[in-house]
Amino acid sequence: MITTSIESVPGKQIVEHYGIVQGSTVRAKHAGVDCMAGCQNIFGGELKGYSQLLEESRQEAVDRMTAQAKQLGANAVINVRFGTSTITQGASEILAYGTAVQVN
Amino acid sequence: MEIIVFIVFVGIAYVVGTGIEKKHFNSLKEREAKLLSLPSLTTKGLYPEDQIEECFLVTGSVVISGDYFKAILSGLLKFFGGRIVGYESLIDRARRESIIRMKDKAKAWGADAIVNTRFEMSKLDSMTNQNGTGMFELLAFGTAMKLKK
Repeated sequence: MITTSIESVPGKQIVEHYGIVQGSTVRAKHAGVDCMAGCQNIFGGELKGYSQLLEESRQEAVDRMTAQAKQLGANAVINVRFGTSTITQGASEILAYGTAVQVN
Repeated sequence: MEIIVFIVFVGIAYVVGTGIEKKHFNSLKEREAKLLSLPSLTTKGLYPEDQIEECFLVTGSVVISGDYFKAILSGLLKFFGGRIVGYESLIDRARRESIIRMKDKAKAWGADAIVNTRFEMSKLDSMTNQNGTGMFELLAFGTAMKLKK
């Protein structure tokens, strides 16, 4: 499955559009990591636990999106975009969406 | 007594926070210099289609928080308006870090350039972070391209 953030797959011709596909996940880190982050907040800097959490979640969102594209019979997703939002305290929704296409 | 504890607390946050920031800026400069050979562009049509061998999506993200000193300083500055210097540098280094992470992934894969780079930013809320220092996620993503040799 090819994924790109541009409107085409370079070197390949788009033969069919399947419309929008999306994948999302809502994740929270357990209280221990959240507590650690709370302590780190005093001094600032990167919150590694959260960086890792969002990285994993984003991968999962992309995986779900490509799974949906596969179901439609597509072999590429173009113009992929991401979104993140806070659902409740400590939980985030990560969204990935794009256009499923068939390329040759 | 309480005010002394408070001042000591803010003082420690200032010293440690500034130290972390300085160290991070130095490491950013170093790693950015190393990755100069792999440009990340916001445009897309720079390379002719027949030159491109392969392409794929790359992302890089970082979660960063301000320190207690910055939170108090910005609280005071907000009263008068204007530039909130502490948060400017915070967001700047986080965004640069996210570009570096994206480039690292592209490089590991053998890419020659990243096109159509976009940024996203969101504010996160934590169950335990109630002191108002703020927690942000910065994401950079783009299409990595491998050119034909």
